[in-house]
Amino acid sequence: VSGRRGWKSWRDGGNLEGSRRRSHAGVTMIENLVPRMTQICGQDGVVTDPAELRTYECDGLTSHRVAPALVVLPRTAEQVAAVVRECAAANIPFVARGSGTGLSGGALPHAEGVLIVTSRMRRIIAIDPVSQRAIVEPGVTNLAVSTAARPFGYFYAPDPSSQVVCSVGGNVAENSGGAHCLKHGFTVHHVMGLQIVTPQGGLTWLGDGTGAAPGYDLTGAFTGSEGTLGIVTKIIVKLSRLPEMVSCLLAGFRTTGEGGNAVSAIIGAGIVPAAIEMMDALAVEAAEAAVACHYPQGAGAVLIVELDGPAADVKRDTAAVRELCQRAGATEIREAEDPAERAVIWTGRKSAFAAMGRISPAYIVQDGVVPRSALGAVLDKIAQLSAETGIRVANVFHAGDGNLHPLVLYDDSSPTATEAAETLSGAILDLCISHGGSITGEHGVGVDKSRYMPKMFGDDDLDTMQLLRCAFDPAGLCNPGKVFPTPRLCGEVPGAHRGPHPLVAAGLAEQF
Amino acid sequence: MPTDPVLKALAAACPTAREAAAGDSVAGVAPRYAASPASVREASALLRAAAAHDLALAVRGGGSKLGWGAPPARCDLAVDTLRLNQVLEHAAGDLVVRVQAGVSMRHLADVLADTGQQLALDVPPGVAGEGPGPAGAGPGPAGAAGAGTSADGSIAGNATVGGTLATGVAGPRRLRYGTPRDLVIGVTVVRADGTVARSGGKVVKNVAGYDLGKLFAGSYGTLGLIAEAVFRLHPLPAGTAYVTAEYPDTESTGKAVAAAAGSELAPSAVEISRPGRAAPLRTGVLLEGDPQGVAERAELMRGLLGPGAVTHDGAPPWWGWPGQTGTLVRIAYWAAGLPHVLAAVDAAAAAAGLDPAVTGSAAGVIYASLAAECDPAAVAAFVTALRSAFARGEDGGRPASAQVPDGPPALASAVVLYAPPDVTGQLDLWGPVPSLGLMRAVKDQFDPGHRMAPGRFAGGI
Repeated sequence: VSGRRGWKSWRDGGNLEGSRRRSHAGVTMIENLVPRMTQICGQDGVVTDPAELRTYECDGLTSHRVAPALVVLPRTAEQVAAVVRECAAANIPFVARGSGTGLSGGALPHAEGVLIVTSRMRRIIAIDPVSQRAIVEPGVTNLAVSTAARPFGYFYAPDPSSQVVCSVGGNVAENSGGAHCLKHGFTVHHVMGLQIVTPQGGLTWLGDGTGAAPGYDLTGAFTGSEGTLGIVTKIIVKLSRLPEMVSCLLAGFRTTGEGGNAVSAIIGAGIVPAAIEMMDALAVEAAEAAVACHYPQGAGAVLIVELDGPAADVKRDTAAVRELCQRAGATEIREAEDPAERAVIWTGRKSAFAAMGRISPAYIVQDGVVPRSALGAVLDKIAQLSAETGIRVANVFHAGDGNLHPLVLYDDSSPTATEAAETLSGAILDLCISHGGSITGEHGVGVDKSRYMPKMFGDDDLDTMQLLRCAFDPAGLCNPGKVFPTPRLCGEVPGAHRGPHPLVAAGLAEQF
Repeated sequence: MPTDPVLKALAAACPTAREAAAGDSVAGVAPRYAASPASVREASALLRAAAAHDLALAVRGGGSKLGWGAPPARCDLAVDTLRLNQVLEHAAGDLVVRVQAGVSMRHLADVLADTGQQLALDVPPGVAGEGPGPAGAGPGPAGAAGAGTSADGSIAGNATVGGTLATGVAGPRRLRYGTPRDLVIGVTVVRADGTVARSGGKVVKNVAGYDLGKLFAGSYGTLGLIAEAVFRLHPLPAGTAYVTAEYPDTESTGKAVAAAAGSELAPSAVEISRPGRAAPLRTGVLLEGDPQGVAERAELMRGLLGPGAVTHDGAPPWWGWPGQTGTLVRIAYWAAGLPHVLAAVDAAAAAAGLDPAVTGSAAGVIYASLAAECDPAAVAAFVTALRSAFARGEDGGRPASAQVPDGPPALASAVVLYAPPDVTGQLDLWGPVPSLGLMRAVKDQFDPGHRMAPGRFAGGI
């Protein structure tokens, strides 16, 4: 996707808060912070060069770009805490960033703020296979957790498609899903404890790794809060036993409707596959062009069903799924016999987003959810919208849980086409909401969708959610402007948070 | 027409509001008023009226866990949810159900079973005769009366959906399905000031906004009234089998449960039980799924558990929750620490002159139960000793790799779920709480007047 709003140059963010953050002498507060940040993170842990800062101006949502005023790359939790304390004392906003693969602009920097990048915090601190737990730092990649657990017979279940590069810290912020969350659940189901830096700069643990620590489930509430409640510095994840057997079927159908019927039949039979993915004809065409995945020719829809678990059950369920697909009108069914064949089946699906570049200059990745039973109706309506507007929409989706990823294709050299694509993309979200679904299943709200939140939630709902924000971040410095369309005034900020304790400011004590 | 102006205001908001009777007390604290709102709107109006008169309130469902937690520091109004008793929407094709808080778990199980589905939570047994039913006139909702459990002890008599969510309880199958926080996908709550708010939705996959369902799960009614909830469902298994074995000591038990829980046989539950210190440790594994597959897996599991292992169709009599009398201590720990946790329990019990029964999940949550007759001072001493052992890190058995200075301060906790009044009077039921400051801040935001079940929760919240 190419940028269409253009990046904003250093410090010209133009927000209202900007002027407030400049001192009387005209020197920005940020510049005053640099020596202290350098003290905390080291010379190589602070980025001030405008050209270098621009490399952080967006995450995976490239249509929104803002260069941060300052980037820091701490190596330890204590350094993150110290950085945040400096920001809090100077009333400067801060944004955390992992690998920068997010698709909703959750890590979009603040023009007058500090971007705290966790990519240097990459230790896998402990693996306890008997307890089925690992403790990792936020910069560890998702896949690295599974790789480290594999020798013990375990894996880390959430598997967003960016798992090779995306960070566990980012996964926690976004409550990331993935193809296999149909059976195995989302990040929140696999996070058992978090060490966080609070927006005041305190270092504390939420949960203890048992999943039954006394008190409110702040681990659960924090997960998926999109970096607005604090910064994760350690994560206790649950490890899952590697299944005895994995099987994978690929079935071609004439239409997405037939494919959808097969999905309903599988779920209706009481089978819970690890993943059920669907691609429509246009998505298959793009994948074919990009990676020659050799999916059934001329298929109107391709279904990928993966099952895992004890061998006896997987064999029986695979046979049942095959039968159900046949009954739903499958034109062709292939079954992977080994991991290599399984990888071949997944190649097309995994390349689907990137493959759009083969058939369109630009595209918008949408992330709506509908009840599974409404899939057919919603897909028909999307096809109708596409026909009416003349804008092509390729559909790739996690069919098992009704999570649609319509890819709206357009030519970004034309402003009219860009606007029309955005309008259609929004109409698809309206469609999801009207069917009782959600505006985002796994990509998050970020900056991209905060304007849609009032369509899904009322003022009281949003206000109530923000009570949690006020409890954690009364000053509103932690990733401001994300998730909620309108920030809530938190009332009186507790006195303790108005300025740092003299000892804290002097770097002699930690504030808890 | 009541003459009491407060009652008048409450009754204007919620017609069932009345003066409290003997059966309305909450953990021994007698309220002045009781009410049973019949709709979310009524609940909202009632809480608004309660706020206007600065009434402290406690929310209750069927009453099966009303004795859990500390007694409220103040309770002017008891609100029961039993008239919020509708299963609003069961989308079988989507494996999702939307229910009002007062629906009993048993009734919900019956409704879901019609389409071969379940809300996969094992709820502790209710107490016969506890709970007056809905305040005011009229019969209780179907299935809300009476206590008792099904054959496998999994479905409580009078526990409601709201109470189950508010206490966050789950039994043996937590190993596979998790706890209420893992299954709730949406909530509608009424805040202390009467504001009605919703989070989540009715699709399983949804990351729009903060997930207040997680926050309210296990919050003991201290943040607001849970009025409705949406849950993710699972298919009822076509077949089940239990494989049991006995071991002479904690070491061999630890090895057996680790082998079972870490096997590829995908157990739904791995439980242990020991009626007293001198008794052997019983271990049981639940397998669920296709009947033929279950039979094959049970055979393999029998091999894993050793020569004495036996397969049963039904749950062994000791399976599930201990009976609800006396004191129940929930011990959460990292699973590898099981042998040492059991040793710590034994040491603390021996020092206090007690002999608790131990039951629970090898996945990391076990329960020590003590009879009601036990000396309250000894019970308090037992819990205190257990906590200091955990604070010293004596939850070992962990491999060296997991013993890291960078980990959380404690890897185990001991929470008293319920106890006789003379025990609750001399013991902090909850013990040390991580991030208590943040929890207090959350409470202050949601309930600035501290009127929702004050004092009932962890850290005196």
